[in-house]
Amino acid sequence: MDYVEQISVFLENKAGRLADVTGILAEANINIRALSLADTSDFGILRLIVNDNDKAKEELKKAGFTVGKTDVVAVEVEDKPGGLSYILRILHKANVNVEYMYAFVQQSGANAVLIFRFDNLDEAIRILRDNKVRVIKGDKLYAM
Amino acid sequence: MIYNIEIETLPREALEAMQLRRLKETVERVYVTVPFYRRKFDEAGVTPADINSLKDLERLPFTTKEDLRDNYPYGMFAVPMDNVVRIHASSGTTGKSTVVGYTARDIRTWAELMARALAAGGTTRGDIIHNAYGYGLFTGGLGVHYGAEKLGASVIPISGGNTRRQVLIMKDFAPTILTCTPSYALHLAEVAAEAGVDFGSLRFKSGIFGAEPWSEKMRAEIEAKLHLNAIDIYGLSEVIGPGVSVECLEAKNGLHIFEDHFIPEIINPQTGERLPNGAQGELVFTSITKEAFPVIRYRTRDVTSLDRAPCICGRTLVRMRKVSGRTDDMLIIRGVNVFPSQIESVIMEIEEVEPHYQLVVDRIDNLDTLTVMVEVGESFFSDEVRVLQGIEKKLSKDIKEFLGVTAKVKLVEPKTIARSEGKAQRVIDNRKI
Repeated sequence: MDYVEQISVFLENKAGRLADVTGILAEANINIRALSLADTSDFGILRLIVNDNDKAKEELKKAGFTVGKTDVVAVEVEDKPGGLSYILRILHKANVNVEYMYAFVQQSGANAVLIFRFDNLDEAIRILRDNKVRVIKGDKLYAM
Repeated sequence: MIYNIEIETLPREALEAMQLRRLKETVERVYVTVPFYRRKFDEAGVTPADINSLKDLERLPFTTKEDLRDNYPYGMFAVPMDNVVRIHASSGTTGKSTVVGYTARDIRTWAELMARALAAGGTTRGDIIHNAYGYGLFTGGLGVHYGAEKLGASVIPISGGNTRRQVLIMKDFAPTILTCTPSYALHLAEVAAEAGVDFGSLRFKSGIFGAEPWSEKMRAEIEAKLHLNAIDIYGLSEVIGPGVSVECLEAKNGLHIFEDHFIPEIINPQTGERLPNGAQGELVFTSITKEAFPVIRYRTRDVTSLDRAPCICGRTLVRMRKVSGRTDDMLIIRGVNVFPSQIESVIMEIEEVEPHYQLVVDRIDNLDTLTVMVEVGESFFSDEVRVLQGIEKKLSKDIKEFLGVTAKVKLVEPKTIARSEGKAQRVIDNRKI
């Protein structure tokens, strides 16, 4: 599967909600690979890449959270200046719209991983691959 | 001041004889012209010939808001549309408001009633009226307007909104009578103070306030801040609009009902049984002169009691106490009637399953605010902030468009809204009127 499954959780702007989520995941022995938190004055959306999507979703739903699943694309770049800029220029030239993105650095390699949400995933993946950009498959990412 | 001295001080026997005559005419007419009433009367086993005393009114069936909605829009009109010269409506669920109609004579009747009401509050033809009730489908603005012109006073049709400008107009045009909702009156006072305009320097002598419930405490506050006599006026579009009853300046103790046009009853809302004088219950009206949209025993859902004690003003018309509440869950927000179920149907447009929502009503700076909390369900949850904010905005916009009331929509986590065994507690009203 070329995509990566990301879990999104709705959070009210109440003290401790974020801690509650991470607590539940810890209890269930789930490892978070990457996360990003988008916030507004009223609520936040927590986006997570974990090593066991189904379990994470189940546990969070049991605890009463609203959970969604979105397909995103993970891209690997060298961890040095210009890595992200290069990718974004390619996308911009091909008129591909980025809904949101976030990034994390790998401990082991010299690479960084960029997570992108696109309107049209398949088209974006095709354009990235045409430009020799490395797209990481879901299974590989969860296990990293 | 009494506008129509002959009628407003008519001895009870003459008034009741007039009521009976008009009631019989109305019952005969609706039986023939309104299929809805014919059917209801037949089901109740009663015909116009059975109505021979005012007590016989109790034999007639009740009419409810649902009946009006079921006959939307013109199903209960008693005259051909050609004879209808005015249409008003109150906000309803998407498309299903309560529609009422008026013939030329109904408009004249209404104007006479409003002239009486304005006069009861101290208005004369020499006065200038600042009319800040909304003009449009709502009956408030035009109701006062026609009454003012009938009385001969000078009416400024300023309608609602644009408060800063209203304060300027008040300063320059020197009106002497104010007509608007009581909470808007306090809001005007606030905005005036901010603009450096002292109400004490303005020319107001009386204000005639209604369209929402307000307490004696609020009256005291309005009188102190606006330097005028605050009078309560009552009405509802189904019965005619404002002008069904009004307080007199002399007593300010109960609203005189214009009984030559409307027969009031107080009933037990659960059993429908008529209650004796002085008992509190649901207010019911039967119109006895309206042509286009007569109503027989219309249940207002307002809670009050009747007081037949003589009044120092000299009027012989029965008084109703200031309305103390509702028998249903209707809210009045900035003078606009809102039913939680209406908000529900707007939310339903977005979420397929039964929405878990709650309405929180507050009064901030004397203006009502409505916050609609909606639990985020999986069916409409998105990982994009833009999408969720879009939903909040769309709900807010739809509520404004269909119900005419501004609401802040707040998405909350599931289960944050308390579940209850029986009827869900849809509304938290923090206002202390």
